[in-house]
Amino acid sequence: MEEMNLHEYQAKQLLASHGVEVPGGQPCTTADEARNIAEGLFAAGQEMVVLKIQIHSGGRGKGVFKDGFKGGVHLCKSADDVHEKAKAMLGNTIVTKQTGEAGRQVHTLLVASGEKIVDEFYLAVLLDRETSQPLIMASREGGVDIEEVAETNPDAIVKLNVDPLLGLQPYQARNLAKALGLSGKLIHHGAKLIAGVYKTWWECDASMVEINPLCIVENADGSQKIAAVDAKISVDANALYRHKDIAEMRDLNEEAELEVEASKYDLNYIKLDGSVACLVNGAGLAMATMDAIKHYGGDPANFLDVGGSASTEQVTAAFQIVLKDPNVKAILVNIFGGIMNCNTIAEGVVAAAEATHLKLPLVVRLEGNNVAAGRKTLADSGLTLIGADSMAEAAQKVVAEAAA
Amino acid sequence: MAILVKPDTKLLVQGITGSFGARHTQLSIEYGTQVVAGVTPGKAGQKFQDTVPIFDGVAEAARETGATASAIFVPPPFAADAILEAVDAGLELVVAITEGIPVRDMIEVKAAINGSATRLIGPNCPGVVTPGTDKDSHGGCRIGIAPGYIHKAGDIGVISRSGTLTYEAVWQLTCNGLGQSTCVGIGGDPVPGSTHLDIIKLFNDDPDTRGIIMIGEIGGSAEEEAAAWIKENCKKPVAGFIAGTTAPPGRRMGHAGAIISGGKGTAEAKIAAMEDAGISVAETPSQMAEALIKIL
Repeated sequence: MEEMNLHEYQAKQLLASHGVEVPGGQPCTTADEARNIAEGLFAAGQEMVVLKIQIHSGGRGKGVFKDGFKGGVHLCKSADDVHEKAKAMLGNTIVTKQTGEAGRQVHTLLVASGEKIVDEFYLAVLLDRETSQPLIMASREGGVDIEEVAETNPDAIVKLNVDPLLGLQPYQARNLAKALGLSGKLIHHGAKLIAGVYKTWWECDASMVEINPLCIVENADGSQKIAAVDAKISVDANALYRHKDIAEMRDLNEEAELEVEASKYDLNYIKLDGSVACLVNGAGLAMATMDAIKHYGGDPANFLDVGGSASTEQVTAAFQIVLKDPNVKAILVNIFGGIMNCNTIAEGVVAAAEATHLKLPLVVRLEGNNVAAGRKTLADSGLTLIGADSMAEAAQKVVAEAAA
Repeated sequence: MAILVKPDTKLLVQGITGSFGARHTQLSIEYGTQVVAGVTPGKAGQKFQDTVPIFDGVAEAARETGATASAIFVPPPFAADAILEAVDAGLELVVAITEGIPVRDMIEVKAAINGSATRLIGPNCPGVVTPGTDKDSHGGCRIGIAPGYIHKAGDIGVISRSGTLTYEAVWQLTCNGLGQSTCVGIGGDPVPGSTHLDIIKLFNDDPDTRGIIMIGEIGGSAEEEAAAWIKENCKKPVAGFIAGTTAPPGRRMGHAGAIISGGKGTAEAKIAAMEDAGISVAETPSQMAEALIKIL
């Protein structure tokens, strides 16, 4: 896990604690709770309440549930309506443009004030890799896909690099507010919100904070304010050791089961759709191995980096994980045993193949330190594995096996 | 000769008493690297393997031993501090091996050391090797975690974001009888101390480097920037490879920096930029040395 995604309600909690205005509301996991929260909001004078499913996916509003119920975001005028919609969505599985066909089961809802929106903008903070500095992106076009805006109307996007040692200066935040077209008091409201969003990004070690839409909303008395109506945050997993509160926000329901399993063994596994599983040491070599499989006409079933040392325990766990993928027809082990003795790795591969009662074709390419002994260990193991001397040969052989 | 380090470069190791740091320091010493000091705060006066003196801080270690380069093996929460300490001590070269340093720490470090004379390589990198001329390339300078024996002294420069993929390229070169001037792993993080371009410029200026292999991967635009510079300025033949043609968008492929986001950082765009710059791009990772030999 290189970065951890948060739910909208979690993102809004972090933003609010850094001084960012967000619509009032609370998360819940039952329809009765949803009704209670909604009743509170209506009693406080809200005319509308919005009910939003909390899953790590965009396109929630246009999603369709597996039982035909439409939409993961609903505006409701009564607590009864909130209760009914909450009941229809909780426990139900929704398919959006980002979830894939399997969809995502809904466990949590956010019940929030339905604000009167006057105008919508876009705001994000992320790392600018070219300058190694924080980058703030703002656009007058909000509520739409920013990548689409970047293509069709790039002039609508304003970008600002922040000196990380100075932080965002108030005048810079005001300039951004003005660039969004804000005027009068709203320049100050906007600048305060932008400063809070930047602070959230910095202090929470976020990889990305995205407010889409950022809105001008109308208060009951007709005055206006700026609020973060939707929010998305992902956090640098390497920094979670200093954010225990954020680490506790991790939702394993949102992560692929095999990827969670792999992370327990410090394995970096990403499931793909092909039939050729690969176990490789090192991220770059693992990607290159996938590419080689594709080059010779196959499709990789996964990315899997077993780490620089490739211990027997890790290799065994890696075998168990790739074997749980029913699409896998053949396995390629590609290890460049730099410091490690290839014979130790070979013994690990044999032990893992035996422990998992491997029946699928296994192609092994070993290179590096003491490789002759390693190859002998493989040959003498009694396993019907296929040896290869180069990555190219290994990829060709495993693709042929998967197709057979 | 080489870039960054020579066989007589004096190295200190920050985090020399940790198990990972100790193991690789021992391997570097066996390779012939001049490891002259270790740094572990609170352990001054002790010795590593009964020979290498340990100091409490980088400044005194450098002052008393003449070390000009540092290898950093300290754990992620303390790594940024270790880098800043080494830069403050005025070392010429700092190689941060540590994997998993928070991005925010590196943003601060990079901004803080801007304008200093220190060159930072890494973090999350295999390090730097200038091979020696003895058996299995011993007698050289090895900073980091690369296997020494796969190298061979020669005149090809290698630069890469990845560890094992670098070893693959080096091994292909060595097996084809081509030695290396220096091999540099710049690391897989999104905020690297040095970029492909920084190192390419050094190789271009190094009279003893004849050709270059540049290995990249998805994410960011460092390879494109290097390719644009190579097209206009590089006097030497360059071969390359980009990993991640089959990587799905939006997913981090092991390295924190290896991600296609917003349609940017794809392998296709990098390969196109490299080919446009006249770089010989290997079709498969097995052909990296071959791609260079073709144009030497």
